[in-house]
Amino acid sequence: MPESIDLHAGRVAVFRRQDRLFHGVTQFFALTVLLTLVGILASLSIEAYPSLSAFGASFVWSNVWNVPDEQFGAMMSIYGTLVTSIIALLIAVPVSFGIALFLTETCPIWLRRPLGTAVELLAGIPSIVYGIWGLFVFAPIFAEHVQPHLQAVFGGIPGLGGLFAGAPMGIGILTAGLVLSLMVIPFIASVMRDVFETTPPVLKESAYGVGCTQWEVVTRIVLPYTRVGVSVGIILGLCRALGETMAVTFVIGNANRITGSLFSPGTSIASTLANEFGEASPGLHLSSLFALGLVLFLITFLVLAASNWLIARGRAKAGH
Amino acid sequence: MANTLYTRRVWTNRIGILLSMFAMAFGLTALLWILWTLISNGFAALNGDFFTQDTPAPGSEGGGLSNAIVGSLLMLGVTTFVSTPIGILAGIFLAEYGDRSRFAKITRFITDIMLSAPSIVIGLFVYALAVATLGGFSGWAGSAALSLIAIPVVLRTTENMLLLVPTALREAAFSLGAPRWKVSLDVTLRAVKSGVVTGVLLAIARVTGETAPLLFTALNNQFMNLDMSQPMGNLPVVIYQFAMSPYENWQQLAWGGALLIALMVLAINIGTRILFRQTDLKQ
Repeated sequence: MPESIDLHAGRVAVFRRQDRLFHGVTQFFALTVLLTLVGILASLSIEAYPSLSAFGASFVWSNVWNVPDEQFGAMMSIYGTLVTSIIALLIAVPVSFGIALFLTETCPIWLRRPLGTAVELLAGIPSIVYGIWGLFVFAPIFAEHVQPHLQAVFGGIPGLGGLFAGAPMGIGILTAGLVLSLMVIPFIASVMRDVFETTPPVLKESAYGVGCTQWEVVTRIVLPYTRVGVSVGIILGLCRALGETMAVTFVIGNANRITGSLFSPGTSIASTLANEFGEASPGLHLSSLFALGLVLFLITFLVLAASNWLIARGRAKAGH
Repeated sequence: MANTLYTRRVWTNRIGILLSMFAMAFGLTALLWILWTLISNGFAALNGDFFTQDTPAPGSEGGGLSNAIVGSLLMLGVTTFVSTPIGILAGIFLAEYGDRSRFAKITRFITDIMLSAPSIVIGLFVYALAVATLGGFSGWAGSAALSLIAIPVVLRTTENMLLLVPTALREAAFSLGAPRWKVSLDVTLRAVKSGVVTGVLLAIARVTGETAPLLFTALNNQFMNLDMSQPMGNLPVVIYQFAMSPYENWQQLAWGGALLIALMVLAINIGTRILFRQTDLKQ
């Protein structure tokens, strides 16, 4: 008998060693994710250092991007990134809300599943498809049939007119914003639909019971109940728009200037990188491109940190 | 008074519902329009040459995308091979060992960041790390960039799936004297096998269309190349380059490539749904 006990003790010891190894291995791989983030921040900072030390903090708000003279500033790229993303959200958020409302409340039951699946599948279409469509199909039609009308309607109004000034070329800041909005609509809409469906039926039924209309149920019961999830969905959509390269590069026009008109070509951080990185000569130009990448990464980092904070606060309030 | 309030509520409701239907119609129309132009423009390019010929020289006729298709498949294969074990093991760590530890908490937060980080920044990172120091653009560098994008996707799905496994199942296995690694691999991971496979497939679908991280890592190659240490042709970068060119033949091939990529991604996504629904039925 003691022999068999010893035998087990031996196996338990082996198991223990194996478990320690397993713990170590899995922890090591979890560490790779952390190391990637640290690596990104470190390598971008190192590569961006020559540029940041040459131009100082004014790199961020300087409005020059002159390759021959080696004068670089990020302002016009930041401007393009922010303005296209804001245009995209201004359109995508209400449309996605409408789609989610339709899919969860008004749509006939038999249509809900196919339509919902279609929206989810469209969220997976690669962004380069949106870019190529924007360049070859949307931009010509937009230049010929939409831009002249926008100019005719808004052109005469002081203040607003400036936004629609310039030749209607089809490509530009506004087009990039519109293509981006189409790209993020399926994403935001499917997130909103998912969180709308988490509303307990009992809440909605009570509201209908006291005579609320569908609109009132969605805006006063569902939306307040799911506001954290909805905001996080919108923020993730914003992150996609901010960092999007292909859908923007094709249609933004790639001009390094700020004119104030939404019709004029511009540039975003991602499209500047896509256009210039391959041909940049080592030195200040390459370093400034890395600095642009660092700025983009920090912007998305802050936005995502904000969303994480929202989730944590939402959980704390709900008492989980 | 009561009557006007009632009328106003009814009309607000009608307008709201009508607007939501417009939103649905608008979204579907726009997206079907995109798909339609993609199919009608791309389908003409998908012929035998498209899959068997290399990319043509500027301005010449004919040719196909075979070198880009092969390059893309090779890099996707390496990416899957690398990111699957890393993502799954890291996911196991977070689900099985990461209850209250601070390290796990930070890793979860970082995973969220990496899931939404701009892919072009990943390309910059791999360029600085591998291309600039180890000498030159290569298929390996492209796969590395794609893997860094795929790992967080696999990790997050694996963790979420493992957290669905009831604790009683783990306790039952432990009570039989099984060591922890055996419980993790043979009991809990096996219980959520289809969910984990779904995560891997979603990661592949996600990186299939990625262009930005390949621009500075794999670059491009106009010839057929099976050597991963050399610059490698790949579909997304070829599509980008050809679509921006003034040559009609190149633009036609770009449409074909875009259609091919979209079809691949759709097929994977639909596949995961079928896989997942089958396991739903079994349970």
